[in-house]
Amino acid sequence: MTDTGQRNDWASDEMQRRIARRYAADSRFKWYGIGAILLAMGVLVLLLGSIIVTGIPGFTQTQVRLQVSFDPEQFGGSLKGKTPEEVDAAIAAADFSGMIRTGLQSIFPDVTQRRDVRDLTDLVSSGARQKLAQIVREDPGIVGSTVEVWLPTSDDVHTIVNGSMERDVAESDRRLNDKQIAWLETLEKTDSIRGTLSSDFFTGGDSREPEMAGVWGSVVGSFWTLLVTLAVAFPLGVLAAVYLEEFAPKNRWSDLIEVNINNLAAVPSIVFGLLGLAVYLNVMHLPRSAPIVGGLTLALMTMPVIIIAARAALKAVPPSIRAGAMGLGASKVQVTFHHVLPLAMPGILTGVIIGMAHALGETAPLLMIGMVAFIVDIPGGISDAATVLPVQIYLWADSPERAFVEKTSAAIMVLLTFLILMNAVAVLLRKRFERKW
Amino acid sequence: MLKKTLIGLAAVAVVSAATTGAAYARDQIRVVGSSTVFPFSTVVAEEFGKTSKFKTPIVESTGTGGGMKLFCAGAGVQHPDITNASRRIKKSELEGCNANGVAPIEVKIGFDGIVVANTKQAKPMNLTLKQLFLALGKQVPDKSGKLVPNPYKLWSDVDPSLPKTKIEVMGPPPTSGTRDAFNELAMEGGCKTFPKLAEMKKADEKKYEAICRGVREDGAYIEGGENDNLIVQKLVANPNLIGVFGYSFLEENADKIQGGTIDGVAPDYDDISSGKYPVSRSLYFYVKKQHVGAVPGIKEYVAEFVSDKAVGPNGYAADKGLIALPDADRKAVRDKVLTWTPMTGDEVK
Repeated sequence: MTDTGQRNDWASDEMQRRIARRYAADSRFKWYGIGAILLAMGVLVLLLGSIIVTGIPGFTQTQVRLQVSFDPEQFGGSLKGKTPEEVDAAIAAADFSGMIRTGLQSIFPDVTQRRDVRDLTDLVSSGARQKLAQIVREDPGIVGSTVEVWLPTSDDVHTIVNGSMERDVAESDRRLNDKQIAWLETLEKTDSIRGTLSSDFFTGGDSREPEMAGVWGSVVGSFWTLLVTLAVAFPLGVLAAVYLEEFAPKNRWSDLIEVNINNLAAVPSIVFGLLGLAVYLNVMHLPRSAPIVGGLTLALMTMPVIIIAARAALKAVPPSIRAGAMGLGASKVQVTFHHVLPLAMPGILTGVIIGMAHALGETAPLLMIGMVAFIVDIPGGISDAATVLPVQIYLWADSPERAFVEKTSAAIMVLLTFLILMNAVAVLLRKRFERKW
Repeated sequence: MLKKTLIGLAAVAVVSAATTGAAYARDQIRVVGSSTVFPFSTVVAEEFGKTSKFKTPIVESTGTGGGMKLFCAGAGVQHPDITNASRRIKKSELEGCNANGVAPIEVKIGFDGIVVANTKQAKPMNLTLKQLFLALGKQVPDKSGKLVPNPYKLWSDVDPSLPKTKIEVMGPPPTSGTRDAFNELAMEGGCKTFPKLAEMKKADEKKYEAICRGVREDGAYIEGGENDNLIVQKLVANPNLIGVFGYSFLEENADKIQGGTIDGVAPDYDDISSGKYPVSRSLYFYVKKQHVGAVPGIKEYVAEFVSDKAVGPNGYAADKGLIALPDADRKAVRDKVLTWTPMTGDEVK
């Protein structure tokens, strides 16, 4: 008995030491946890911070102010009262580069050498011609007058002005020569250079000129692709889950199917790309690079995720609901579609949105079916050639032009915004509608 | 309502799949192939789309080998019209092409130099091919000439005249055409300078290639993105790091990085164009003869691509880093391609 008495002697030094050690272990563990979280947060802040700092200039466009005279001679006379077809023909024939050159030479009248004139016009983006064409198309009456316009500069000017390319280095080490820098500084002194929010970035398709490149083409491509994914994966996934959860007999076969669905959710996405290539392109002969194929491929990838989420949500509906409905004479289908499925819907939708967000960020399966491509035109439907946001990021990251570095980060910010929005909707749905029993 | 939504969505899916599944005629050129040629091919495509009445061609970046496979799969609108290549078509590929009823027309567009560069904060890395091979080879001859796994850790171990810094080289992965060219031109070029290894070529070509084109895998050679503007940032962050990549990246980032000389020749435009710079290769694209005239705009696109406006020394593709062919060669290429004669098979070995 003395033995046990000693063992329970909490006041003994031995025991106190052990207790102190235990508390120390507790608090150590707490600090490990806090440390891990701080580390993760730090890395996240670093990552987001560097993306945001690099990406902010990507949303801007450097522009130069020019006096452009729309000489009627270029358009075959005044365009007033002409039909749209005639206006288009006149625009196609007009020499907008010449108008830009004249505008620049009116600021720098002493630049006459052929080589110098070329260097001077290189300050302005090659996309400026489209800008002028657009101005005339919108208001054909402008022909014959001289107007002040802000035109995008080339990417080399943009990177020099915003400082991502240094200007105080040897001439051979920068993209602009000394003369071009001098002209640029003259323009800056007269406030003829400005940086503005780039509308081309938000409304344009891809371009090899960074100042003209935009994300809109890929945002629309992503939209069509996800629409197809949703249209296929959501009904099929939910119906599969309903069948497996509510109707299927529990036997070896349904177990096998369940294991396979869980496996499918873990298959690397590139495998789905290969499957898409083999089935949709080679057997069904659907068009290459089209959102329909991308959407179907991503649907294959998303479906298992939706099935798993939907089954979990259905399982969470208490059996008393089913029993109650049955007791009132509802058929099995009525029980499921009138009572169980609506109650499970918030959970299912959360799973669907997270699955879709996953699909939005995917590039690997799209490589196989030709969506990693340079596409300028904005896709008008699910069978037009298109690319998607993450692919656009990948393509820009691969481009040698310095200005694409900031465009890459800016596009990442656009993608992150969409992902955060989708996940926020998922959280909101769960908070608002999910019921706890 | 719920049921209707589900059924409606499913109906949309089925209808859309059915309508687009029907055979479709193509009015847009499709290009596949090398990621090295991609920047030049796309800039021509964009200009072509803006200035002609045709739609902007779709250019996919699939890699040279992948592009060849797609291109050679057959003739017909579901197959691409043009493939870009950062090396010449192989005999086996050409035979495969012909067997599938595809007759390619070869077009050489210019050169690309592969540069060995580092940050401007450090001294330029001037190397010889031999030093490059000794630093990066998987197996290299030691002093007695016996082949040993690469023992060198510092550049000064390779050659006392080189700096006492760790060998750290970031270059393209094995899947890329740039790596193939680097292995063939730089590594093998350095390997051949050892008479014993050069002799091996006749005796045992397979072993010769394995040794001369093998790159060490012990961490000294880091596989980076192939054409990746992040490489530039990594070079700036680590002054000891040496990068291997295409000339256009050097040209666009000349304020931050510098190219080292190879065998005493600096990687500049003129020396790459003249062939003096040892690590340069030709870039090509191949047009499907069967599609010329069948898909609208191919003739015009090819004509645009071979024009001086695009690939001349002052052309807009040259602006993106393409190194132009000498004037006479460019004219010869243009004259030949506009006759639309497919390859006979004798051009390649």
